[in-house]
Amino acid sequence: MSSDRPQGYSLASVAVPAKSHDVAEPVVACPLPVKIAARNINFYYGKFHAIKGVSLEISQNRVTAFIGPSGCGKSTLLRVFNRMYDLYPGQRVEGEVILDGENILTLKSIGPLRARIGMVFQKPTPFPMSIYENIAFGVRLYEKLPRSEMDDRVEHTLNKAGLWNEVKDKLSQSGLGLSGGQQQRLCIARALAVSPEVLLLDEPCSALDPISTAKIEELLFELKENWTVVIVTHNMQQAARSSDFTAFLLEGQLIEYQPTRKLFTTPSDPRTEAYITGRFG
Amino acid sequence: MSGSDVVLPKIQPLSEKPKSAGISWHLSADFLFHKTAVFAAFLVAGALFATVIAIAYDSRTSIHVFGIWGFLKSSDWNPVTQTFGAFPFIISTLISSAIAMVLGVPVSFGVAVFIAEIAPAWIKKPVATAIELLAAIPSIVYGLWGLVVFAPVFAKIEPWINDKLGAIPGIGLLFQGPPMGIGMLTAGIVLAIMILPYMSSIMRDVFLIVPSSLRESAYAMGATTWEVAWNIILPYTRSAVVGGIFLGLGRALGETMAVTFVIGNSNVLSASLLMPGATIPSVLANEFAEATTKLYVSSLIYLGLILIAVTLAVRFCAVLLIRRLGRKEGAAA
Repeated sequence: MSSDRPQGYSLASVAVPAKSHDVAEPVVACPLPVKIAARNINFYYGKFHAIKGVSLEISQNRVTAFIGPSGCGKSTLLRVFNRMYDLYPGQRVEGEVILDGENILTLKSIGPLRARIGMVFQKPTPFPMSIYENIAFGVRLYEKLPRSEMDDRVEHTLNKAGLWNEVKDKLSQSGLGLSGGQQQRLCIARALAVSPEVLLLDEPCSALDPISTAKIEELLFELKENWTVVIVTHNMQQAARSSDFTAFLLEGQLIEYQPTRKLFTTPSDPRTEAYITGRFG
Repeated sequence: MSGSDVVLPKIQPLSEKPKSAGISWHLSADFLFHKTAVFAAFLVAGALFATVIAIAYDSRTSIHVFGIWGFLKSSDWNPVTQTFGAFPFIISTLISSAIAMVLGVPVSFGVAVFIAEIAPAWIKKPVATAIELLAAIPSIVYGLWGLVVFAPVFAKIEPWINDKLGAIPGIGLLFQGPPMGIGMLTAGIVLAIMILPYMSSIMRDVFLIVPSSLRESAYAMGATTWEVAWNIILPYTRSAVVGGIFLGLGRALGETMAVTFVIGNSNVLSASLLMPGATIPSVLANEFAEATTKLYVSSLIYLGLILIAVTLAVRFCAVLLIRRLGRKEGAAA
């Protein structure tokens, strides 16, 4: 890792202290390829400075969690990665987000970027169409598939999202008829169907019951074999259970970025400790 | 007051509580309000029924002479020989409204998508206001504008329509005839402009209440604005959009003054859209003053009855369609 980055929390530097026994997780022992590198991100909602000079690197094929109290900028940071802010004229960003060597913040055409970086939102948002079409809609934006291949793709992605057995007999029914947890898994399947490389999840379980939440967390665990996952959560247990790395944000600043187990057991910043022990937030 | 004292409210029997329960002044006010509201509701329903019955009663002479179906089927409208038939007017009413829908619905959709999805904030308000102001123009002004301003301009375009569209085999028949500037097509175009504000403001309002999370998740798939509008927002709002379209259709069917000015007022049904025609409202407006015989008046009133029936049928279709769309969603939900 180059050392010329101003204030980035590079994971490589975390990997070095081999003395500490609780840092000796395999994921840290070998530095992972970096999928997304954010450099000195500043984000503004009009005049409000929401993210202040955040730099961090997201490891490939790992689950990275952003935690922090409401309004700390964790969702905002996530929405920088697929340029969701482009929809809103008052929002702007400074800095660089490097995805596989390319700065996505200067890309002219956003469609292909959003095919590579899928996103799932807080509230399940099935499209107003059948379950099958919910999956096929995204695929058709990028590929022209014959019906049989499309069928395979739909089955494959629904399987990946752990939903196939529950919906295989009602593919032609509206996606709005599923339960909240099923809808959210449908949204994950829909995002996976276009074969993205990165999956962004913005508090995907906050509207779900504990059983659905457990299913989705289980799913995260399987997803990271093929995908890089970034999850925003206000549920610290969820971050602790399901992520490999955790970033703690506070008031738009990145306070600490560590392997998850280290952050939750021996946080190096007193503010992190205060937050994870429930003293605020 | 010492700290150990706990002050309890004095318990009163309900009947002794002033003004809150039991019989008191506001119950009688409520009673009065209830009865007034019921009366008002029945008055409106009663007025509708009374109107329909009165009109049906006054058309009895015509129905007696020509028969219910005979009047509907006959194309012969001749006050001199006292023979009357409604067929050309029914068809013209439906066709001019159909033209208005064909032209007006896509434009309304485009306007609504522009305002809700595309326009930058500073231009949204002026465009929306301008469109809504179209609804504030009285229909007689539309008629005047159509006759004095639009028709002469359109008369210059019509030869081109003759040449280009009239040359197409089949549908070419619809676009032949002398370039007069007035006729069915002109009426349809003016109607389209008139119903545009109703349809587009309803569509815009429902587009704006689509949850931003749904919109964002479609954009997050990499969909373009058009794909989001057509595949996500329109299906999500379709029952309200259908309702708005039928509201526009209802207005187009009943529009009188503007159509009377620009349709040309011919009792003869023509295959060409460039030829003059007459809708039910325009015939009523034109001929009522001249109707001297009982049969003539009765036939005009019968036309009015038919218009009510057509409008109610349109409304009924709208309700059915919305219910069916709703059931589709409902079966899923």
